[in-house]
Amino acid sequence: MPTEILMPALSPTMEEGTLAKWMVKEGDTVSSGDILAEIETDKATMEFEAVDEGTIGKILIEEGTEAVKVNTPIAVLLEEGESADDIGEISAAPEAAPAEADAEEAPAATEAPAASAPAEVKSNASPDWPEGTEMREQTVREALRDAMAEEMRSDTNVYVMGEEVAEYQGAYKVTQGLLDEFGPKRVVDTPITEHGFAGLAVGAAFGGLKPIVEFMTFNFAMQAIDQIINSAAKTLYMSGGQMGAPMVFRGPNGAAARVGAQHSQDYAAWYSHIPGLKVVMPYSAADAKGLLKQAIRDPNPVIFLENEILYGRSFEVPVLEDFTIPFGKARIWREGSDVTIVSFGIGMQYALEAADKLADEGISAEVIDLRTLRPIDYDTVLASVMKTNRCVTVEEGFPVGSIGNHLSATIMERAFDYLDAPVINCTGKDVPMPYAANLEKHALVTTDEVIAAVKKVTYR
Amino acid sequence: MATRKSAAKPNVSADELKKYYHDMLLIRRFEEKAGQLYGMGLIGGFCHLYIGQEAVVVGLEAAAEEGDKRVTSYRDHGHMLACGMDPDGVMAELTGREGGYSKGKGGSMHMFSKEKHFYGGHGIVGAQVPIGTGLAFADKYLGNDRVSFAYFGDGAANQGQVYESFNMAAVWKLPVIFVIENNQYAMGTAQKRSTSSPEIYKRGEPFGIPGQLVDGMDVLAVKEAGEKAVAHCRSGEGPYILEVKTYRYRGHSMSDPAKYRTREEVQNMREKNDPIERIRGMLLDGKHASEEDLKEIDKAIKDIVNKSADFAKESPEPALEELWTDIYADEIPQHNA
Repeated sequence: MPTEILMPALSPTMEEGTLAKWMVKEGDTVSSGDILAEIETDKATMEFEAVDEGTIGKILIEEGTEAVKVNTPIAVLLEEGESADDIGEISAAPEAAPAEADAEEAPAATEAPAASAPAEVKSNASPDWPEGTEMREQTVREALRDAMAEEMRSDTNVYVMGEEVAEYQGAYKVTQGLLDEFGPKRVVDTPITEHGFAGLAVGAAFGGLKPIVEFMTFNFAMQAIDQIINSAAKTLYMSGGQMGAPMVFRGPNGAAARVGAQHSQDYAAWYSHIPGLKVVMPYSAADAKGLLKQAIRDPNPVIFLENEILYGRSFEVPVLEDFTIPFGKARIWREGSDVTIVSFGIGMQYALEAADKLADEGISAEVIDLRTLRPIDYDTVLASVMKTNRCVTVEEGFPVGSIGNHLSATIMERAFDYLDAPVINCTGKDVPMPYAANLEKHALVTTDEVIAAVKKVTYR
Repeated sequence: MATRKSAAKPNVSADELKKYYHDMLLIRRFEEKAGQLYGMGLIGGFCHLYIGQEAVVVGLEAAAEEGDKRVTSYRDHGHMLACGMDPDGVMAELTGREGGYSKGKGGSMHMFSKEKHFYGGHGIVGAQVPIGTGLAFADKYLGNDRVSFAYFGDGAANQGQVYESFNMAAVWKLPVIFVIENNQYAMGTAQKRSTSSPEIYKRGEPFGIPGQLVDGMDVLAVKEAGEKAVAHCRSGEGPYILEVKTYRYRGHSMSDPAKYRTREEVQNMREKNDPIERIRGMLLDGKHASEEDLKEIDKAIKDIVNKSADFAKESPEPALEELWTDIYADEIPQHNA
């Protein structure tokens, strides 16, 4: 049977084109790779090659014809033994690609979010460890180290790599002692090569290991962000569920003190933007330990955002052989009735300080620590806002596209009728971090700003 | 090409020659069909064909053993066919259908097979190089003797992460073969316009990584070099670099008019240096196969490719629920490590 040669699509967006010039004429013999015609697409003039071999039986579209739709027959190719008489009725109607036909129904899967119906919210207020568990004081730094050591003892495929994690005992001493216990195979000093070792660790995760990648700070992870997002976060989806990257990227995040703009950024909102990542930002030592253990066991790439200032801070940590804290479960640090303050990471410091001072003035604030930002525990926040009818969010990151912005939108969608005042987002200022001590202090969120915001939403 | 060696290798059996002929021709016919389906609007987006480069991956797969791993760029269809992935599944991924390797969610540039140790299919130029290095890191950590192939092009060879990978692979003696498929054009940029020193295989020297230049239009030369590299890696000597000089006949992607080179240059390569024609000649001249035998192979391949195209057209589009699956894993994926 004669083969129709169709007007080809020669770019991702081409729907029609100009048949600029025929390079063959009727009766010519062609083989695979011969140029048949020149076709002008929306992008360029392309040479159109033969795929099959045979003889050009008939040219259906004259050269110079404009706006020839993709898939229109433009010529007929005869195979060995066929003649022009075999050419029957050639349909001029293009054979539509099925993909196009279905294009209109594509958005069907995007469900419109429910309107402001006061949705049912179920807050999980179960304790993280049994009542009466013995507690002891521990710094966040020690808690993180213990979490890694415990998980490395129970799973030999867990290893830690990063700059100065082994012989130097960690730039911030978080990996102190791990080299002695686990040896250089499992505690790996890397060259200063963030992009490289982040990508290498993704490959190691594909290959069956569970890497913990320490960035000396998350500012340096910007060198590696392509591997974190494009390789670690997206592969499970792109592979149809065949393989993913079970791994943890961890290190200090956000402002330390007087280290200037390039070393002082909070990446909480950035990473929370990405489907495929989980994002954790603990405040207390107990949460740091339970969440890091959970992160190491999680079969997905987890961004674990620590804070240099919090490393040395001590908290009560349960004395338990093994405990983890599930992702997506916020913690209510302080119950209250007049306003909900939502924060996470070092922002909790301002939130709790503000709540103390507000209590002196007779304002009762409920303080919620989100602990994980992906997944996020919306229900605990919503349940609280439905009770207090007011909300202030607190974080150190930049204001545009902040976690607070996202929470505000969610509260507006799901608890609009409960609000007695607009939600206020307390954030870092919209400026690169300055070096000067006085300027730096003002660039960060402050306890006074949180207090002022609470007074505004409570109309005091 | 200066690197051309005599293709005649006395230690190659007729069956092996026929297999290489088959595998290379399968890739070529598959790619031609993919180009055709693209022209019909059945394949969308970017589609990068491997036509002309077939000997590289077929030669190296001949040097690999079961369990060895491979990772490459977005020009990945040939690698998948050569490592034994099902043409139906690859073609159906190109058409974005449920029967594709990634259920239609990956596309031409993002395909994977755990079973065949194929780790992608990466759309970001050069990003597969540290990943391939990490696959080797995992194998060394786990104490097996497997080898990883990290394929990349002459364009990717100018990415910084390639040298970060060379350094780590050398420091930790990782069993990774860096395969530079030098097809001489990084999209539209000829190598001489972008690369200060054209001998990419020497770029491992400062790191202490041995490198070798190979004629990538000669599948037997590629196989021989591959075997040497594999033996080096498997014995624990660390990484190895192969710069395989090759040539792509088609544009960078389907929408590339390839105005940066002359028609004569491409024609010359096709006529005088085609890797499939070379093996065909060897088979016929050496009386290892008759014209009839080869016609039979051609026919069998045509059937495989046509079947894959039919499958790729008939397989349904993924269910809309698939939009929301595979974002997070519930449990640790089982690896074939």
